[in-house]
Amino acid sequence: MSDPRAPGGAPPSAAGEAGPLPGAPLLEIADLRVAFASEGGVARAVDGVDLAVHGGETVGLVGESGCGKSVTALAILRLVEHPGLIAHGSRVRFEGRDLLALAERDIRAVRGNHLALIPQEPAAALNPVLTVGSQIAEVIRAHQHVTRAVAAWRAVELLTSVGIPDAEKRAGQYAHQLSGGMRQRVLIAIALACGPHLLIADEPTTALDVTIQAEILELLDGLQRRLGMAVLLITHNLALVAERTRRVYVMYAGQIVEEAPTGALFAAPAHPYTQGLMAAVPRADRPAERLAAIPGQVPPATAWPSGCRFHPRCPFAWEKCREEMPPLLPAGEGRSARCWLLAERQGPDAKTPSPQGASGGR
Amino acid sequence: MRALRRGWLRFRAHRAAVAAGLLVAVLAIAAAFAPLVAPADPLAQPDPVALQNQPPSAAHLLGTDRFSRDVLSRIVYGARVSLGVGAAAALLAVTVGALVGLAAGLASPAVDQLLMRSVDVALALPRVFLILLVLALWENAPPWVVVLLIALTGWFQTSRVVRALVLRLRESEFVQAARALGSGRPGLVRRHLLPHLAPTIIVSATLDVGNIILLESGLSYLGLGIRPPAPSWGNMIQDGKDQLFSAPWVAAAPGLALLVTVVAFNLFGDGLQAAFDPRDRR
Amino acid sequence: MDGERSAVSGTRPLLEVADLVVHFTRRTGLFGTRRETVQAVNGVSFAIGRRETLGLVGESGCGKTTLARAVLHLVERTSGTVRFDGADLAALRPAELRRARRRLQIVFQDPYASLNPRMTIGRAVREGLEVHRLARGAEADRRVRALLEEVGLPADAADAYPHEFSGGQRQRAGIARALAVEPELLVCDEPVSALDVSVQAQVLNLLADLQVRRGLSYLFISHDLAVVRHVAPRVAVMYLGRIVEEGPADALYAAPRHPYTQALLSAVPVPDPTTRRARIVLPGDPPSPVHPPAGCPFHPRCPHPAKDQTCLTVRPELTQLAPGHRVACHKA
Repeated sequence: MSDPRAPGGAPPSAAGEAGPLPGAPLLEIADLRVAFASEGGVARAVDGVDLAVHGGETVGLVGESGCGKSVTALAILRLVEHPGLIAHGSRVRFEGRDLLALAERDIRAVRGNHLALIPQEPAAALNPVLTVGSQIAEVIRAHQHVTRAVAAWRAVELLTSVGIPDAEKRAGQYAHQLSGGMRQRVLIAIALACGPHLLIADEPTTALDVTIQAEILELLDGLQRRLGMAVLLITHNLALVAERTRRVYVMYAGQIVEEAPTGALFAAPAHPYTQGLMAAVPRADRPAERLAAIPGQVPPATAWPSGCRFHPRCPFAWEKCREEMPPLLPAGEGRSARCWLLAERQGPDAKTPSPQGASGGR
Repeated sequence: MRALRRGWLRFRAHRAAVAAGLLVAVLAIAAAFAPLVAPADPLAQPDPVALQNQPPSAAHLLGTDRFSRDVLSRIVYGARVSLGVGAAAALLAVTVGALVGLAAGLASPAVDQLLMRSVDVALALPRVFLILLVLALWENAPPWVVVLLIALTGWFQTSRVVRALVLRLRESEFVQAARALGSGRPGLVRRHLLPHLAPTIIVSATLDVGNIILLESGLSYLGLGIRPPAPSWGNMIQDGKDQLFSAPWVAAAPGLALLVTVVAFNLFGDGLQAAFDPRDRR
Repeated sequence: MDGERSAVSGTRPLLEVADLVVHFTRRTGLFGTRRETVQAVNGVSFAIGRRETLGLVGESGCGKTTLARAVLHLVERTSGTVRFDGADLAALRPAELRRARRRLQIVFQDPYASLNPRMTIGRAVREGLEVHRLARGAEADRRVRALLEEVGLPADAADAYPHEFSGGQRQRAGIARALAVEPELLVCDEPVSALDVSVQAQVLNLLADLQVRRGLSYLFISHDLAVVRHVAPRVAVMYLGRIVEEGPADALYAAPRHPYTQALLSAVPVPDPTTRRARIVLPGDPPSPVHPPAGCPFHPRCPHPAKDQTCLTVRPELTQLAPGHRVACHKA
């Protein structure tokens, strides 16, 4: 199998060295806010998200529909469309550059190049009237000065590297001639075309069957190890996060409510929402028992509840939770959670919001 | 009730459609009460010599034609013909189209194929030519013949659209659920199909009215629709075209009436479309 | 007749499906001139007793949704029988069929598509009551309110339209509509697949409560092995129009016998970073149901080391390996 990094033209690098400054995060999001104006009012879909991904690591961003995780992905690539707006003061730093301050031309040079996205719907993300090969070649030619012939040849090479048999023939086919799993492989090939340093995978396997899902995830794992890229895995599926990531952010109602190393999170979730979510997941490896459902619904983004946004559904909520929004409070080694319970547990000192979470206490 | 109110709110958001709807209503009322609305008898020729081709004035708001007839009165009476033929033919056409479409969509594949292939053939026939032929052969055909001809050559498209909708609805899960509940075919049609078809049918009828008014005016212009001296916008334009430069109001007034009416029906139809769609949130 | 029925109903299953085959032709090609036969369901047999739940697992295209429609007699079957409480639905006259339909109902995957968008929730729930003349007027109103309450919806939900609700609430409304006619068997076709985790748990718990309260039987169809494990004590696995393994959930999940079941189970991610299992990755995609392979339908992807000529040519029948545990594999 060929190395897709070679056609990308980027220098080979081992995991962890992908970022320009060792130690500094590859991607750093600070106080990201995205709002959508609609008839029903202003929907604050993403409301003060801080998040970091270091070179070579796989980070999970998990949450239910409507929590803002996909909008976060779009905002990173600055693909939020009208009527959505990324608020002033939001920062998205990638490889040391503030993506939100870049000119349209410059952001286009970043997208699909060092920063790539695998979209959710493999059926909708491919152009039905172009061959898949030409769609891969198009991305290559958008970022590199190569001839048509070279780009076409690299497209075939990329298709081979994502495990598509008979790649030469497949490159000449259209999306509808491929199965769902094949299409997702094509999208991965497109994402890898220029050797990205960070791959944002937004529900990459949700539309696929379990066995195909396993194949795609194995493929992604293998590619990541070989290419040393970082992956931001956005999903609603806790099990995927448990199996594939090193660190996890849990999102609820437009905010990060918990951040933790994966092992620690699943061993002892700190936020009541995370706890509820884990108890609500049926498991194939355990016999049936009654699920602990979280009562109520996710509130609409136009009317987030006051105070802690989870308080109407939280079994532990008290006065303070209804009135004051908790900041992200430290919850142990490398972890934090947006819950007043932590302040109670850690005594009066911890009650003062940490600088990191100050923005959330509005 | 709640649905009606919401529909009205959505309709109201389309300003142009509201204006168009009002205009359509005014026209319809004027046509219905033509004897009360028109300032003069549309056929009266008070003084064909002294009063012919008078420009608009206080006595004759839109002037007079070459027989000294009051143009405004003729337009009001002409609206009766235009709107009457338009509404009747559109209603008939849409009813036939909806019934055929419904039958094709619900019948066995063989019947469906037969009906739809016939429609394909019918659609290939040149409509205007067909109507012209019949009217040319049948001299002085009464207005209802014109209505019938227009209607019977105008339902093909509606039947196709309705059939396509029925086929899609038939596969939809809520129809499957209703079948699983044991609903019979009449119940399915009444409760699940018609409420979904009604908007399409009504909108298509409204848009049709505009087109048919144009078609009828064309026929009258050619002298095959409504025959003079009875006023119709088409034969009025024909009447005025010879004096287009000496007395432009004689042709321009019915022409403008025609234009405004057709545009109004089209805008009104668009507004209705929006009002019927509960998901339209403009 | 009635005496006879009650005398044997203790032993006879509520639903008996035998050798069910559903093929349909579809037109393909540019002008729809080519015809091909989709062998969606290819000889499926199973039974469900009263108050029992059978879980049916399979990936997309395996025929599970067509099977659900065929059980409800919503699609024409090619051959085989579906007996409900001893009566073959295909043999009933239209009026009898409509009466029989009251006793078996369906809950769909997408509650938005399965509720008429132009009908209030109340009218949707009422429809069944009216069709079967179970209640009318004020009595019907009362029953609608009671049903909505039973599935956990507020009483004023009756006047609202489906699009005013969240996915979980819509699915509750879909369940209320099915319950209105007091069915004995509910076919649940991916009832929670469109829902978020926290809401999914609410709906699963609701279905469990309803089963106990109303003595319902479920045919629970899902692609999600974890969900099926959770609701069904007995599970059947479908592949390319056939059941390849069926057995008690505990046995089937702990020690799957069919190579497909093994691969399927190994592919399910587990929300626990401390468990790591060997994953069996199947090569390629499932074959098209238009041209199912000869012999064992699974043989082109089967990773079993002992796969041989028999697998390629002879179709394995479901054979009992342990009490209640049937597998269709030559090498199991």
